[in-house]
Amino acid sequence: MSSIIIDTSASRKVRELLRFLLESGKIDAAVTMRKIPEDSSYDLALITDASNLDEAVPIVPVMTVNAGQVLSSISTSGKKIAVVLKPCELRAFVELVKREQGSFENLLTISHTCGGVFPLDLVAAGKIEELLPKYEKIISKGEVPANTRDTCRACEHFIPMNADITVAVAGDCESGKGCVMYLNTDKAEEYAEGFSGERGELKFDPSALKKMLDARLLEKEKLFASITEDGPGLDRLLDTFGKCIGCHGCNSVCPICYCLLCDFESANFDYNLPYFEEHLSRRAALRLPPDTIFFHLGRLTHMSFSCVGCGMCSDVCPVGIPVAAVFRKTGEKTAALFDYVPGRDVEESIPVMVYKEEEFSDIG
Amino acid sequence: MKKEFTPRITSFLCKWCSYTGADLAGTARLQYPTSIIPIQVMCSSRVDPVFLIKAFLNGSDGVLIGGCHPGDCHYETGNYHARRRFAIVKSVFDSLGLESKRLKLSWISASEGPKFARVANEYTEEIMKLGENPTRKSIFL
Ligand code: SF4
Ligand code: SF4
Ligand code: FES
Repeated sequence: MSSIIIDTSASRKVRELLRFLLESGKIDAAVTMRKIPEDSSYDLALITDASNLDEAVPIVPVMTVNAGQVLSSISTSGKKIAVVLKPCELRAFVELVKREQGSFENLLTISHTCGGVFPLDLVAAGKIEELLPKYEKIISKGEVPANTRDTCRACEHFIPMNADITVAVAGDCESGKGCVMYLNTDKAEEYAEGFSGERGELKFDPSALKKMLDARLLEKEKLFASITEDGPGLDRLLDTFGKCIGCHGCNSVCPICYCLLCDFESANFDYNLPYFEEHLSRRAALRLPPDTIFFHLGRLTHMSFSCVGCGMCSDVCPVGIPVAAVFRKTGEKTAALFDYVPGRDVEESIPVMVYKEEEFSDIG
Repeated sequence: MKKEFTPRITSFLCKWCSYTGADLAGTARLQYPTSIIPIQVMCSSRVDPVFLIKAFLNGSDGVLIGGCHPGDCHYETGNYHARRRFAIVKSVFDSLGLESKRLKLSWISASEGPKFARVANEYTEEIMKLGENPTRKSIFL
């Protein structure tokens, strides 16, 4: 497989690649982050005409929606689409494909080593551009920027796992200068044929990112410790989730929660008079809306083993509950039961769909 | 006199095995405590993890799933799936510091009346040791 030396900023080079792909008709559409011209904010855009690529910023530390979630509704259109995604977005999409919610067939996936994304309040406040130079310096040194999402700082999967193309922007080159684009698959070679740039035979070397990995693992330990295991469990649970207002924002932005009708939004949870009467016959008071804590425990058992730690859920929570940190921490445990890593391999079945006859002999 | 604490153990029992096992224990006049509140399900795999959580949050002192022995499920593989889901719920409880001892899964066949009575007795004792589920007292759940 070959590599392409990047002679400009990495984001610009990827934009050129998207332009080349669209203009040559190799793809019908591109999915990329875009700077909104009218303000200092960003969005994710589906672009079919190269003239609309001018505002595209394919590599930017902003996630307004987990792109994996969006892809699930367009990847089966039959159109050829090139998509630029962050490693956790790609892993989320892998999880969705396993659940038959999308397909890689017509996709060209472009991902990059990731320094983490900024929380959405900084995006909304228009602070990104001013934060970028320092951010790029820090990640080029293989360090962890302090003001990114907590689960980003604690994420050890910042190297894309299954991308057709990997752009190395962290650890070994500054703001893309002298960075390398690695073509990992035959599909990538095919699409990139004819694209300008100095070709080489470089192999991606994860050891260049060892420092970043170590720093992230340390952050992870700290983050997980902040959601402690000991102490009275129920009190702890109330401390953590007691503020929840039951808006379900966290599950609506979660790429893994794909169910069209979530159990928690179904008629099973229509609260009527008999429900209240029954509950109040046993309890002296009831929280309204009911079942906010139940909702989190339910979601944890239903999908935590597939949580990719993208941090969308924490970022949208209006009351500041560290949803993502709890899901990552618990998810790591539930996934470990099955030696599972979400998004690692599209051929690997999700743990609840398969079983082994000989396992969990301590249960039952 | 202090009222003796009678635990409430919500028990999801598979119709093809454990529920019949419970019946057998009854017709054989084996003693087992009134703490067991049986709910018949068609298979242990019918028990969504949220059933366990709901029972727990609603103040059940223990929650039991009774299923057919591995390999004997009426629907062939239901209990293997039930076992995986049970492992997940347990792990979620442990990770949040909740008492996972209040959850139990047991394989009891239709002919194992005595085993049913033994599990019911032993589990009830274990729950008595743990005491009342604090969720019973927590009003704002
Ligand atoms: S639970 Fe939160 S962090 Fe995990 S995948 Fe869903 S949105 Fe991302
Ligand atoms: S986003 Fe926050 S407040 Fe809304 S349901 Fe999730 S945890 Fe609760
Ligand atoms: S039928 Fe009894 S466990 Fe499946």
